[in-house]
Amino acid sequence: MATVGLESKTFEKFPDIVGRDDDVNYLNHEHSVASWLITLDHKRIGLLYLVTITLMFLLGGALAGAIRLELLTPKGDFLAADTYNKAFTAHGIIMLFFFLIPSIPAVLGNFVLPLMIGAKDVAFPRLNLLSYYLYFAGSVIALTALLLGGVDTGWTFYTPFSSTYSNSYVVVMASGLFVVGFSSILTGLNFIITVHRMRCPGLTWFRLPLFIWAIYATSVVQLLGTPVIAVTLGLLGVERVLGVGIFDPRLGGDPILFQHLFWFYSHPAVYIMILPSLGVTSEVIATFSRKNVFGYHIIAFSSIAIAVFGFIVWAHHMFTTGMSPYAAMVFSLLTFSVAIPSGIKVFSWLATMYGGSISFDTPMIYAFGFLGLFTIGGLTGLFLSTLGTDIHLHDTYFIVAHFHYIMVGGAIMGYMAGIHFWWPKMTGRLYSEFWGKLSAGITFIGFNFTFFPQFILGYLGMPRRYYEYPDEFQVLNVFSTAGASILAIGYLMPLFYMIHSFFFGEKASSNPYGGSTLDWTNTTSPPSPHNFEKTPVVTEEPYHFHGKEAAVVSH
Amino acid sequence: MSAIKETEQDHGQHHHHKDLAHHFDTLEQQHDANTLGMWAFLLTEVLFFGGLFAAYTIYRYKYSAVFEEASNHLDIKLGAINTVILILSSLTMALAVRCSQTGSSLWTGRWLLITIGFGLMFLGVKYFEWKHDYHIHLMPGKDWSGKDWWHWQYAKQAKEMEAHSKGAEHSYPDRNTVPPDNDPKFGVKGIQESQQARLFFLLYFCMTSLHALHMLVGFVLIGIIAYFAYQGAYSPEYYSPVENIGLYWHFVDIVWIFLFPLLYLLGAHMGH
Repeated sequence: MATVGLESKTFEKFPDIVGRDDDVNYLNHEHSVASWLITLDHKRIGLLYLVTITLMFLLGGALAGAIRLELLTPKGDFLAADTYNKAFTAHGIIMLFFFLIPSIPAVLGNFVLPLMIGAKDVAFPRLNLLSYYLYFAGSVIALTALLLGGVDTGWTFYTPFSSTYSNSYVVVMASGLFVVGFSSILTGLNFIITVHRMRCPGLTWFRLPLFIWAIYATSVVQLLGTPVIAVTLGLLGVERVLGVGIFDPRLGGDPILFQHLFWFYSHPAVYIMILPSLGVTSEVIATFSRKNVFGYHIIAFSSIAIAVFGFIVWAHHMFTTGMSPYAAMVFSLLTFSVAIPSGIKVFSWLATMYGGSISFDTPMIYAFGFLGLFTIGGLTGLFLSTLGTDIHLHDTYFIVAHFHYIMVGGAIMGYMAGIHFWWPKMTGRLYSEFWGKLSAGITFIGFNFTFFPQFILGYLGMPRRYYEYPDEFQVLNVFSTAGASILAIGYLMPLFYMIHSFFFGEKASSNPYGGSTLDWTNTTSPPSPHNFEKTPVVTEEPYHFHGKEAAVVSH
Repeated sequence: MSAIKETEQDHGQHHHHKDLAHHFDTLEQQHDANTLGMWAFLLTEVLFFGGLFAAYTIYRYKYSAVFEEASNHLDIKLGAINTVILILSSLTMALAVRCSQTGSSLWTGRWLLITIGFGLMFLGVKYFEWKHDYHIHLMPGKDWSGKDWWHWQYAKQAKEMEAHSKGAEHSYPDRNTVPPDNDPKFGVKGIQESQQARLFFLLYFCMTSLHALHMLVGFVLIGIIAYFAYQGAYSPEYYSPVENIGLYWHFVDIVWIFLFPLLYLLGAHMGH
């Protein structure tokens, strides 16, 4: 790398212009099917993930629809008890392992991360393609398990039911998750090395955009947590196939050991889902408030803190297993402490907006939705980390509502914000702001209609995972099912206007939202095959919106 | 990051070394990325084996007496021979890495092949060990029968008694002649201990076969890299594949260094 005067304050931003039709970009420079299916370009791999996980999301969503339809009436009249078990298991597995975990890292992370740090690609492009195909293979195996007849254990695979008694396709499903787990590990590994070794000159750690910090923290969790669930599912498979009893008390094993090993991954996995959304929100709120983020360092460190705390709170899923009360108190206390970095982020975003020049574009509306829902989800988590109330609320709809507020209200809202935010960069097209804002609004309303009643249901004592319920719970369940239909409309709308935008949308300029990071300031929309014609050199912290406050070109 | 100046270094203008992938700027950056990547991968591997080590620790703590007893059924001599073989293979691997750094392609390839040779010796010993374990009914699968464990203890006591009385050679009795699982002689405690011993052997087979699986993967990778080494693909400027396979191999070695005392020496250490 030639030495460049980093002290130079020359202001040379990329011209914010609309590209010409014959400009070479990563979408049009090659057209063959092979150029997509065996591409090493991180941007194309990101799009491959986008298409695949959207299909998985639709499947998971359809299953959610079946569950809500069954719960419309107190009696089991739409699904049989066994089918219902299989439906919620499949819904959980698909949404968690095949949609939420890869959603932001694999789609937006793949697309944006090298652009944001001024790199031509991720550190290991071939490994990146392998990750995608491992994900694809894992999905095929999991879908095979569903087509063979499904799994009825719940997504948690608790032993000894899953290892000894269940007559469903547990081993096939576990193999699918094993394979998709390696996809997640390799993506995380790739991103960690990319952030460490591929940053362009001048891009020091504290000049990194906050999205990068969030993706980095996520990747560390993926790298350290996922192998544990892989080996645990491996042992579960061994136990089922060989009839041995590592988790079966009848054979000397300990089912609680399974829960510990399972949650050692699966709790941090929650942070794999939510941390990237926190990163997206930081970007969106800074950009649409035209203001430097409040407390850059502390937001960056809180991402790392959440990743670290995420590893030492797993046993709060097991307060009712009869574990040592002293251990439970420690885990309860540690769980409370997760609220600190989460709260810091929320307050920092509010402070960022304060005095900012806020514009209400679609990504920002989604980010607002995220703020509200994530806060409710986080605060209800405190009810559950309190030992006494957890005994009452454990395994009720309160839990279901709580984690949907985090994972759907938080993670998916963040994902939608990110997709809308980077869509012009990914496709070079603008989408309809009207339909965008409408879908954000409908999603927010539909979401609250669906899941808020479930808090009350849970508090009143309706247990999760039952296909029928006492008559007095019907009103709230009807609310919830009605809300789910509204939510479904909110989620289906982008499918139409985004596809329309991809083919017919107005052309986007290189920086339509006035973003301040390299992906906006130094690449065309869509980016050229190698991202940057010249390696950029960074001389400043991110989120300095010099003179752009007034001159923002927004749709 | 608005104040941005671009370097004169254009992607196309820059002359690339033949071993430099397009997305890296310098060989040094590429080398650092590869090495860090391998270390991160090994970290994942530590956690992967970590699940098994955690399970081992829990059951070792819960069922310590039976685990110590069960440990004595493994062959310390074969385990020790394998430990030496594996350490030697680490030495030859280190020599291969050294040769690649000094530019001796021929010896890089040779040392790599010798490493595979030691690895094969290890698995050969392991094969005979597992075969023996199978013959004395230590397989924890569906075939496991509590009476084998009980009988084993009985036979061992008999053997010790015979050794004291300088009696005739003792062989393991036919498993079909021993009493059934529900025989009162066997007892509830006997059944429980049999299940606990079964857990020990389950962990033993899971851990050693996962380790062996890693060696098999290693053979393939070392073989590929040895081929490229003979082709002269590595030079003092570019040797990170050899170095990384070396890291991987040393990791596999280290896992065994932990497995050997935990599985084989446990009983001997506890004075049985």
